[in-house]
Amino acid sequence: MTKKSITMADFKRQRVLIVWAVAIVIYGVIFHYLPLCGWLMAFQNYKPVTGLLHSEFVGLDKFKLLFSDATFIRVIRNTLAMGVINLVSTFVMAILFAILLNEMAFKGGKKVVQTISYLPHFLSWIIVTGILHDALSGTGIINTLLLHFGVIDQAINFFAHEKYFWPIVAFANVWKETGWNAIIYLAAITSIDPSLYEAAAIDGAGRWAKIKNVTLPGIKPTIMILLLMNVGNVLNAGFEIQYLLGNGLVQNVSQTIDIYVLKWGISQGDYSIGTAAGIFKSLVSIILIVFFNHIAKKHGEERLF
Amino acid sequence: MDQTLNITRTAGKTKEVAMTKAKKRKKISSADLAFRICNGLFMIIFVVVTLYPVLNTLAVSLNDGTDALRGGIYLWPRVFTWKNYETVLSKDNLITGAVVTVARTVIGTALALVTNAILAFIVSRKDFIFAKQVSLFWVITMYVNGGLIPTFLLFKSLGLTNSFAVYVIPGMLSAFNMLVIRTYMRGIPDSLEESAQLDGAGYTTIFLKIISPLCKPVYATVALFVAVGQWNSWFDAMLYNRMASQYTTLQYELMKLLSSVSNQSSSAEAMKNAGEGSVTPTSVRAAATIITMLPIICIYPFLQKYFVTGLTLGGVKE
Repeated sequence: MTKKSITMADFKRQRVLIVWAVAIVIYGVIFHYLPLCGWLMAFQNYKPVTGLLHSEFVGLDKFKLLFSDATFIRVIRNTLAMGVINLVSTFVMAILFAILLNEMAFKGGKKVVQTISYLPHFLSWIIVTGILHDALSGTGIINTLLLHFGVIDQAINFFAHEKYFWPIVAFANVWKETGWNAIIYLAAITSIDPSLYEAAAIDGAGRWAKIKNVTLPGIKPTIMILLLMNVGNVLNAGFEIQYLLGNGLVQNVSQTIDIYVLKWGISQGDYSIGTAAGIFKSLVSIILIVFFNHIAKKHGEERLF
Repeated sequence: MDQTLNITRTAGKTKEVAMTKAKKRKKISSADLAFRICNGLFMIIFVVVTLYPVLNTLAVSLNDGTDALRGGIYLWPRVFTWKNYETVLSKDNLITGAVVTVARTVIGTALALVTNAILAFIVSRKDFIFAKQVSLFWVITMYVNGGLIPTFLLFKSLGLTNSFAVYVIPGMLSAFNMLVIRTYMRGIPDSLEESAQLDGAGYTTIFLKIISPLCKPVYATVALFVAVGQWNSWFDAMLYNRMASQYTTLQYELMKLLSSVSNQSSSAEAMKNAGEGSVTPTSVRAAATIITMLPIICIYPFLQKYFVTGLTLGGVKE
């Protein structure tokens, strides 16, 4: 426990472990900690020629510039909006799916449905966006069905209107991750003590009462901890699909912080602005994680750390 | 007289109670039936929504390209042809992409598995003097990272751009995978290790001969996570190897096909004039999509128990 209990003999006996630990820590420093030095760029007028050590120091100027950019404000709004919509919709769907699947009486069917439900998780966003393009195209299944049932009288170009973008992204996330996210809830439901259901049945509880009073309270800790883990990631939830589905017509609602960073940093070569935007995102994420962790602690719920 | 009356009355009451009970049971079971039907319907819709797009892509990939532009292909090809697949298999960039993707999946998974297992082994030794510090060092990386641009510049200065190494080296170790393996290793009884130590086994022997054989299920889990990630990633190919076409990946090529489709959908008319029996970007992309997802679709159903374990273990963190 204390420092003095470590002897030279310990060092000698554990030298294999120490050698590996040192090698792995060096690797970690290079690939995970060294990039943090790059944060300096956000406080400089960084020029690749002068490098990190000799670029002009400008303080918070880049951040001021960033927040006076109307595009950046819009980009924050888009990231937050899509992050929250996706979080809520994928959460609700996964819990609903897990509970309904658990209630399925036909065991063979349950297994088949579950196996199929995992499939989209294993497909890349490239494939998923390709599928979305097909399904939502002028001759795609959605337009065909809407036309057939007389909901619309002309095919809709879903990717040309801003109002469809967020719902499409939310649907894509739900389609891709519902089955996968349900795994952990199903595991939690399985670990609920069966005698609780028996006791509820004796008290005359019906199916709904059992779900409400036994299943939901049983998976509440799992829901809370996953919610915590995901709230901190709300700003991270926006890159691949928005990048792949976005186009000039919807860029006001499709661009997220990550896309902004990519556009300014890599394409335009303004590393300082790009890094400042990245730092803003990291800081907000960390604050969110710490804040929600604190709230969970206060209410005596499970927490992350 | 009074007594008999009383008895009949009680009997009548019992009968009444029994009847209402029966009614109630019938009511519950009909509500139950309604629930089961609704639940079954929900599951059927869920399965259809999940599978339809995949089956539709399969049908389009097996259909004549020009004919497919007319629309109306749902689950079955109208004008059957293998031509789309022949086109895909004759494109050099797609072949290169496939080779690179297989290579990065195999090499990347092997490297990630070995290094994460070693790291997890080190930090799960209870007597290791730096176990806590090394653990914390990695957990921090889960929450703090340099971000896109500093990472990009670092990789550039390390010479990782325009190289195959950028696919397998930087993402090799991950705190999440390490935690999954560590949790599993901690569940292995200490007595096994202790008796081996008494027999004079060093840490290397304990890792290779005692711990690793017992960790096969969790190794399979992590291998699956890493392999799927490697197979599906495209952004690194675009960001770091855009200029090196020999390191392109299948997903990146698929992405380029997708954007060419979006651009050319307006020139569908021009396509129609291209003549009978031709392929279109849409049909070629459908074939490439099927080829890309086929390995995963064939493998994942058999690995279910592994990823279920992995997700449950991953939930345990410190």
